[in-house]
Amino acid sequence: MKPQETHNLCGFTTATNIKNCKHLKPKTIDITEYITLVFTDYTLRTITLGTAILGAVTGMLGSFAVLRKQSLLGDAISHAALPGIAIAFMLTDTKDSNVLLLGALISGLLGTFWIRGIIKKTHLKSDTALGLILSLFFGFGMLLLTFIQKQPNANQAGLDKYLFGQAATLLEADVWLMASVTGICLLVLIVFWKEFKILLFDADYTKTLGFNTKFIDILITSFIVLAIVLGLQTVGVVLMSAMLLAPAAAARQWTNSLATMVGLSAVFGASSGVVGTAVSASQNNLSTGPVIVLVASVFVLVSFVFSPSRGLLFKQIRFIKNRRDLQLHKTLAFMYNIAETHHNIAHPHTIKILNNFQGFTKRTLQELVKKNYVKLEGSMWSLTEEGFKTASNLYNQQPENNE
Amino acid sequence: MSNAQIEIQLIACIVAIACAIPGTFLVLRKMAMISDAISHSILPGIVIGFFITQDLNSPLLILLAAVTGVITVVLVEYIQKTGLVKEDTAIGLVFPALFSIGVILIAKNANDVHLDVDAVLVGELAFAPFDRLLISGTDVGPKSLWIIGSILVLTTSLLFAFFKELKVSTFDAGLAASLGFSPAIIHYGLMTVSSITTVGAFDAVGAILVVALMIAPAASAYLLTNELKRMLIYAIGFGVCSAISGYWVAHVLDASIAGSITTMLGLLFLIVYLIAPNKGVIAVLYRERQQRIEVSLLTFLLHLKNHTEESERHVNHLSEHINWQKVRATSVLELALKNNMIQLDRNIVSLTDKGHEFTTQAIDYIITNQDSKIEHMKDDFFLFRG
Repeated sequence: MKPQETHNLCGFTTATNIKNCKHLKPKTIDITEYITLVFTDYTLRTITLGTAILGAVTGMLGSFAVLRKQSLLGDAISHAALPGIAIAFMLTDTKDSNVLLLGALISGLLGTFWIRGIIKKTHLKSDTALGLILSLFFGFGMLLLTFIQKQPNANQAGLDKYLFGQAATLLEADVWLMASVTGICLLVLIVFWKEFKILLFDADYTKTLGFNTKFIDILITSFIVLAIVLGLQTVGVVLMSAMLLAPAAAARQWTNSLATMVGLSAVFGASSGVVGTAVSASQNNLSTGPVIVLVASVFVLVSFVFSPSRGLLFKQIRFIKNRRDLQLHKTLAFMYNIAETHHNIAHPHTIKILNNFQGFTKRTLQELVKKNYVKLEGSMWSLTEEGFKTASNLYNQQPENNE
Repeated sequence: MSNAQIEIQLIACIVAIACAIPGTFLVLRKMAMISDAISHSILPGIVIGFFITQDLNSPLLILLAAVTGVITVVLVEYIQKTGLVKEDTAIGLVFPALFSIGVILIAKNANDVHLDVDAVLVGELAFAPFDRLLISGTDVGPKSLWIIGSILVLTTSLLFAFFKELKVSTFDAGLAASLGFSPAIIHYGLMTVSSITTVGAFDAVGAILVVALMIAPAASAYLLTNELKRMLIYAIGFGVCSAISGYWVAHVLDASIAGSITTMLGLLFLIVYLIAPNKGVIAVLYRERQQRIEVSLLTFLLHLKNHTEESERHVNHLSEHINWQKVRATSVLELALKNNMIQLDRNIVSLTDKGHEFTTQAIDYIITNQDSKIEHMKDDFFLFRG
């Protein structure tokens, strides 16, 4: 058998590569230069706008995917879209992105409903169903793609850009398509906001209220599929799932309200699109899709660490603070036990006797003085009236100043 | 068949077997998506290894990639443990980030590196026989055959050595821990083996096919049996069958071998999914329909027992009263007649002695709600048995 030729699927072009073709050859460009370029350069403007809109719409719909615990559905759908693209091309013989995206949409929806079928009708678990559909559809897509590449048809070149996405190939028409889909998404979101929200948080209750849960469910899933398919051209099959997840996962850390989360997520998505394009354009040989994904991952990382209510940093700070509070209480309780043995609670004792007690530190003592629980006189301490009262109630009720 | 063809099929079969073994456990442990994550996130490991050795088949590269795979698992578990996001979100966040790093590393050094992302993702089996392993000048076969062969030997020997431990920890992690097997060691051991298999196979078949070969045979086998040993054997069988048939389909279509093996796996799963006895979709739908009719029949018989007046027992009235469609009413009536539960007298339905006995028992069951009763009843009056 003859060895098959390598398909030179050079998957990645970057915004800079396009500029290189125009003999601009910038190794790096500074920010002001970049901003003027965004407004003057057609390609860069289109890409920036396109990735921003894409980030916004995937971020918005991704919130629902994350909250519905369908995070990996995005991954499965984006892979499942590949055979649809190939079949659409084989049937129509055009590379019109709308036709191909329609094929991708149909095959993505097919994949989604098969996943549901597997989970519902068999005892296979959701992870198995997702992995199955993902790999089987993608493999079938690859079979078709390689089959198409062997055909004597010059038109087929460039189909493989859907594998990894090529932001540089975005046209103004594509951006318009994205914008209109985003508009429709927004409209549907606003109209069905109440239904989506209630289905998200209490599906059984929704059913008892008489909503058609199946319809709402299919509606939101279809829009998620639509958003994924839209992003294929820009980010590609492999990395599309991160576009859906990362902004939503980041937004989730900052708020507990759905509306805020959807809004924030859209903002995060759009900013990672813009920043990713900028970074990719300012460097040589940096593919846009992966950079956008990495920027979104940075958003997630920052949110994980610095979010005030859920973030790891503040959680650690709260943890330390709680521990110090506990030590303070321990010291106070110890003092209380000593003071109890005397008639006069204000009877002074030496600080030394606290030293064999673990909860005692110089700082906690200062803290107690500051709270007016303890009086310090030289190396002697004594409980105040207030301190005695607090200490005697320490384990009876929640102290009011406890955070 | 030429020598190269036989070698390609041999490699495909060995890859299929090597993947099916860890795949079975991944499916049973509900960690199938982890294999997808690993297959993507080993990319930076491969790239860095390639930068160091400049050889796609070097053991260091496999080692580095396996380490990256385990790092992925650790990262996913760490993120999950913080409680900030759910497990599946954690998986979905980690692997695209690592994959992106790999892609950027390749792109940044694209000029002087002979490594293509597509090759990593999709692989090309057709080239495998051309990369020969030479030991002191003599040709001992394709390199990838040796690599995947030694991985298979490693996997099978681990499987035989730790079968009991794997089995216990898969089905009852608590019991395994209390018996003294560390679930963590088994977990990470399995993850390491999966990573090594993925890396060993990616060169030949690509990352996506590795996922397919791990999950699809195991999932199809799981629909056919509930026994671990049998499931392993079925999974291996399915993998080998699809590998060979996939090769010939690719040969005919002149398309990607990896893609066509996956397609064969897909067809196989589709068939099993539809017609598997007991667990296939057709069997499930049939059972659901029968159960629905059985419940209707029970409702119908109880209704008859409750009403002695003739007006309530008229055939037409029944379908109006219980609000059934005509077809359903007829099928229920027929079934009841077939089981000798009722008799028809001028369109008036009444219970037979057998029907009376049955409904009395059914009411008893409903009141006392003891499982033993229904089992006995099912034996006595199994409604679809004749």
